[in-house]
Amino acid sequence: MISSIRAVMLKELRESLRDRRTLLTSLLLGPIFAPLFFILILKLALSRSIASQDELAPVTVANAAAAPNLVQQLRESGLKVTLRDGSDAEIRRWISETDGLVVLRVPANFAARFTEGKPAAVMVYTDGSDSKAERHAARVRDAVGAYSALIGGLRLQARGVAPTVVHAVVVDQVDVSTPSARATLLLGMLSYVILLITLLGGLYLAIDATAGERERGSLEALLTLPVVREHLIYGKIAGAAVMMIVALALVTASIAVALGAVPLETFGMSANFGPGVAWRVFLNVAPFALVGAALLTVVASFTKSYKEAQSWLGVVMLVPTVPIAIAAVLSVQPQASLMLVPSLSQHLVIQGLMRGEPLSAAWMLLAAASALVLGLLLTWLAGRLYRREAILG
Amino acid sequence: MIRVEGLRRNFGAIRAVDGVGFEAQDGRITGLLGPNGAGKSTTLRILYTVLRPDSGTASIDGIDVLQDPIATRRAIGVLPHSAGIYPHLTARENIAYFGRLHGLAGDALARRVDEVTAALDIAGYAGRRAKGFSQGERIKVALARALVHGPKNLLLDEPTNGLDVMATRALRALVLELRSAGHCILFSSHVMQEVVALCDDIVIIDHGRVVAAGTPEALRGQFGAATLEDAFVAAIGDARGLE
Repeated sequence: MISSIRAVMLKELRESLRDRRTLLTSLLLGPIFAPLFFILILKLALSRSIASQDELAPVTVANAAAAPNLVQQLRESGLKVTLRDGSDAEIRRWISETDGLVVLRVPANFAARFTEGKPAAVMVYTDGSDSKAERHAARVRDAVGAYSALIGGLRLQARGVAPTVVHAVVVDQVDVSTPSARATLLLGMLSYVILLITLLGGLYLAIDATAGERERGSLEALLTLPVVREHLIYGKIAGAAVMMIVALALVTASIAVALGAVPLETFGMSANFGPGVAWRVFLNVAPFALVGAALLTVVASFTKSYKEAQSWLGVVMLVPTVPIAIAAVLSVQPQASLMLVPSLSQHLVIQGLMRGEPLSAAWMLLAAASALVLGLLLTWLAGRLYRREAILG
Repeated sequence: MIRVEGLRRNFGAIRAVDGVGFEAQDGRITGLLGPNGAGKSTTLRILYTVLRPDSGTASIDGIDVLQDPIATRRAIGVLPHSAGIYPHLTARENIAYFGRLHGLAGDALARRVDEVTAALDIAGYAGRRAKGFSQGERIKVALARALVHGPKNLLLDEPTNGLDVMATRALRALVLELRSAGHCILFSSHVMQEVVALCDDIVIIDHGRVVAAGTPEALRGQFGAATLEDAFVAAIGDARGLE
């Protein structure tokens, strides 16, 4: 590397590493705490939904004496049955008074109709706007349905008819998604997190090296040195890229560690983010750091002050998420042409690796190469911008 | 040795520099004196190659400023109008950074940094980060980094701006020392006292033109004035921007 580019890069890195605030946001809060936080929330959500699957759904049965077998069936289906007699009006009052209450009322004529083999109605009372009650009511309906099918089958058998004749068509659902693929759906956001935190790693250096340098009044003195102006900006971009690569390394490592602590297996999912995958994610996203560093530096070069740069770059940081969002809405499948779109290509590569179905080596190379080419183009553009007098501001 | 001829530079409709020409000799201190907005900074900026003139020529030690800006920058040390330094680096690191970009390295760089920190009397805080430096300390560091490569020519844009009396005196002593070492020193100021106290030659600039030039004695003689201040007022027509 040309010695002046190296000198600029090392100086920018040294300054960044000495600024505690920069260090905190670029390398600590972003790369290490953001994934931990994300995964902690994921873990909470998972354990809650596991708990709600296992819990006994409570149901209150009114006039249970008329249908003892039905009540027994409810108990066997894992429902927590409470017996309490009351009229229609009383039941309505109970429901308005108690959250999550589901009441099954057995009408007085139930036993008579049941014995005659006529459809015997039961009423399930619930507050449809109460999502918890609605969840419990579904369990109750399923249990009653199962009981009805059972009795129906027995009646047919008693009349010498095979119960299967009433099942003209049955649906067998075949889920072919691998456990990793199911997890990826849930963890799809992780590639956003990785790309954003990578960019964040170099954000402050990019601002400081351009708008910051101008605001502090050190730019003019720098431009009086016998260094080709392009080399100054190349050094700054290199510095930002190094910060981004460090942030990327930290965030992939942190995700790999944190995901180990989530009980995804209990959901039939596995998080394919071991050290091997983390390393490959790192290698494949690293070229994107050059795109990010050059892009942020180019934009920051246009701004006059630190504040202005901050507000502009806040918007620019979202640019790489746009192709990912569009692709998600259109649910596009990976294809060679998409490997030419930086950020989207990295997203697809990460998704593939996490799914345990990596894209072909040629595609991954194409993604890396196109990111490098775009990064170099932006770097060249930054050099052109720095040659203008207007850079003095 | 700095030679400037017929420099012109417009910013839109404003003629910042409108045909400036003068010479600054080695071993002498040349002052660019003029009110604010007279074109002093623009002239210096053209000389230290961050601006290009619309027309005219300038050379430093025979190097054409426009043809070979990189060689020009090797031959000059510059203290720009806004001479900010890096707050997270120590004084020493600030100076060494510029030395490195001048192509110095290793022992040679360390030796030069030692020399300039000693010459400017900043050894006492050389290892401290520049964040809390006073304006005087900052200017000294900025001057030290301008001198780190041992340039023959020095361009100083309003160097005493914001300095207290002691710092101003120290700066003057340093400039005089550099003169006796044979350097060519060109500095701009709108402060009459400054120029009187230091300059061997004075170039009075107003509205982008040189309105008078010469030694203080010659200028007083030219305008038949008792003091340089009277000569200055006579030259630019009023007492604008005098301090």
